[in-house]
Amino acid sequence: MNNLLTISGSPHIHTTDSVRKIMYSVIFAMIPAMLVSVYFFGLDAVRIIGVSVVACVAVEYLIQKYLLKGDVTINDGSAVITGVLLAFNVPANLPTWIIIIGAIFAIAIAKMAFGGLGKNPFNPALVGRVFLLISFPAQMTTWPIPKPLFAKSVTDALTGATPLGLLKDGHLANKTIDQIMSDPAMPDYIQQLVGFQTGSLGEMSAIALLIGAAYMFYKKVITWHIPVSYLLTALLFAAIFWLIDPTYYADPLFHLITGGMILGVFYMATDMVTSPMSAKGQIIFGIGCGLLTMIIRFWGSYPEGVSFAILIMNAFTPLINKSFKPKRFGV
Amino acid sequence: MILKTFKLGGVHPPENKVSAGAAIQHLPLPDKLFVPLSQHLGTPAKAIVNRGDDVKTGQLIAKSVGFISANIHSPATGKVAKIDQIIDQTGYKRTAVFIDTQEDVWEEGIDTSPDIERTIKLSKEEIIQRINDMGVVGMGGATFPTHIKMMIPEGKQIQYLIINGVECEPYLTSDHILMMEKGEEILIGTSILMKALGVDKAMVGIEANKPDAIAHLTKLTEKFQGITVHALKVKYPQGGEKQLIKALTGREVPSGKLPLETGCVVDNVGTAYAVYEAVQKNKPLIQRVVTVTGNAARKHANFLVRVGTPIEYLIEHAGGMPADLGKLISGGPMMGKALVSPEAPITKGSSGLLLMPETEAKRAPIKNCIRCARCISACPMGLEPFLLAQLVPLDKWDDAEANRIMDCIECGSCHYICPSGRPLLDFIRLGKDKVGKIIRTRVKQ
Ligand code: SF4
Ligand code: SF4
Repeated sequence: MNNLLTISGSPHIHTTDSVRKIMYSVIFAMIPAMLVSVYFFGLDAVRIIGVSVVACVAVEYLIQKYLLKGDVTINDGSAVITGVLLAFNVPANLPTWIIIIGAIFAIAIAKMAFGGLGKNPFNPALVGRVFLLISFPAQMTTWPIPKPLFAKSVTDALTGATPLGLLKDGHLANKTIDQIMSDPAMPDYIQQLVGFQTGSLGEMSAIALLIGAAYMFYKKVITWHIPVSYLLTALLFAAIFWLIDPTYYADPLFHLITGGMILGVFYMATDMVTSPMSAKGQIIFGIGCGLLTMIIRFWGSYPEGVSFAILIMNAFTPLINKSFKPKRFGV
Repeated sequence: MILKTFKLGGVHPPENKVSAGAAIQHLPLPDKLFVPLSQHLGTPAKAIVNRGDDVKTGQLIAKSVGFISANIHSPATGKVAKIDQIIDQTGYKRTAVFIDTQEDVWEEGIDTSPDIERTIKLSKEEIIQRINDMGVVGMGGATFPTHIKMMIPEGKQIQYLIINGVECEPYLTSDHILMMEKGEEILIGTSILMKALGVDKAMVGIEANKPDAIAHLTKLTEKFQGITVHALKVKYPQGGEKQLIKALTGREVPSGKLPLETGCVVDNVGTAYAVYEAVQKNKPLIQRVVTVTGNAARKHANFLVRVGTPIEYLIEHAGGMPADLGKLISGGPMMGKALVSPEAPITKGSSGLLLMPETEAKRAPIKNCIRCARCISACPMGLEPFLLAQLVPLDKWDDAEANRIMDCIECGSCHYICPSGRPLLDFIRLGKDKVGKIIRTRVKQ
């Protein structure tokens, strides 16, 4: 034996799991929703997702290589996730340059400025989205009506409001819930589930998103705590108000399958970096997200509340981590 | 059947029990033995032989000093070449008795016959004294002197003796093979310990990946009063004292307290066997079963060797020193210690030698913590390893203490599971050392 023995503390074996594998599982889980968006928006979806991903990865690369002059870690897949999620949160007709601005903001400001992966307090894709929403409100709230790849009847370049937008506008116009729901532009629940609704790229199909979520559960990338507490809280909250006044409030199922609820609950609220770490803390986080989402949807000036709710709860994550410790042994 | 296990945390590293089928093989005596005076937790023993003395196998050569300490006996017959420093398994220089060996001549009064001695003749006090005299220590790795565990403080009531046959460390098979070959002796040893503790119930916990040992011991217990065998769901670190008590009785050792508080005393199967030999055969603890295995090992074996045998001697008998040896570990891969040199001797606590090839020896590069919380889910003590590892480099000792750093049992599950390869336990160990010192000075004041 000529070589020197390696000395290091125990343990001497390690899991074969890695950050990269975790991130790639998330990317893999988003494929069904990506395919649905391509089905409904064709090349526009490809353009948005492609530009967003490339821009995110490029920004991260440039910053790590030339600004920080350190290790380049773009192949860990986290920038790709941010790219896809950002794309999922914008309308399909968004100009390319606006997407690029969103990507720069998401990666440079919301992620790298805090020290990169793992150190960012807020979900970068959501920060990017909200930044765009505030800076480019017109472009960010004009949604093209989905046009299935092989459908003939739908006219080109039509835009329309999202179901939640219709709801909010209806309320403003003092319509009853029945009048709002019978609006010809309002898709029925089956259409919403499958994806035939107006909205951002990734919000289209609840079913596609749920398939991906199931895969993430299977891969143990997410746990039940946040999604279940988030969904139950939102549903319960919606149900209470619906029961109090069914002529004004939409039913809970409507809230569940419209807008970014499923996307936010399974793909963004569960972001490991920005959500609490103990089981108890995650449940509190989920409840907070659920409440805030519904409060914004009901009484806020934006029709949709998922992004803001999650970002606000992100801000509480350090406090939650401090206050809700895991169950200790022997205490 | 629903198998019992502990609730909080735990991981499932690949088991890799390659040496499981290998029968216990007696190694011939080496020419030289190096018998360290510190083979147990506590104060090192004090040598009572001098250079040039002739010693017999089983003769007392170093006496226990102080309350927590243990006797040490000569593992062979021969001449004391010198008493000098040697680099032992800790990597530090420690005092050892160097013995040039000859043909075995056993000390008088030691029963070396292979017959099983079944009747327990000694009284409770005599048993504890004998365990003390024969230098028996915990053989699961902690090497805590066994007789001290038997002395139950006034007012404390013990209900269960728990015998640890879990062997949850990957690769290791020494306890497994001992249960297969010395099952009856282990159960007699268990009965002896029950008598010494004054309990009428003992539970043997064995993980379900050793069905043969479970079946064998269950069959044997028919002849014994009050001993039951329990199959446990495979999960690391089930062999941890606290986890095993929890799995078998549902009781939790309170934070900062001893297992005694739950009315349980835990002893390893190897210890039960050593107790049998000490009490029934008057034989001191001078040999043990050591697994030699690992992906670099040429042969996988379970050797019966004398304490003080140089580790390289075992490796030679397991097909020789591998050319690609990158890391040599005493113990299992989760809690074992990486050795500086293969010349260090086997001690009472050496359960196995793990030979790792160079390809496995180095850790992966460390990445940022992605706050995935896997270390929390894995921690059997309900700690936040990522947080502790953050506090330590910042010298935040109060915070670390408040977050119960001292509860860490150093099982390594957190570092094992971390997808970013963060050396969490390295930091936590450092922190425990520091916080422990702070607590001790506080207690003194
Ligand atoms: S080594 Fe300590 S902190 Fe890490 S999992 Fe084990 S008990 Fe928990
Ligand atoms: S397992 Fe590693 S990456 Fe995950 S939270 Fe713990 S330290 Fe961070």
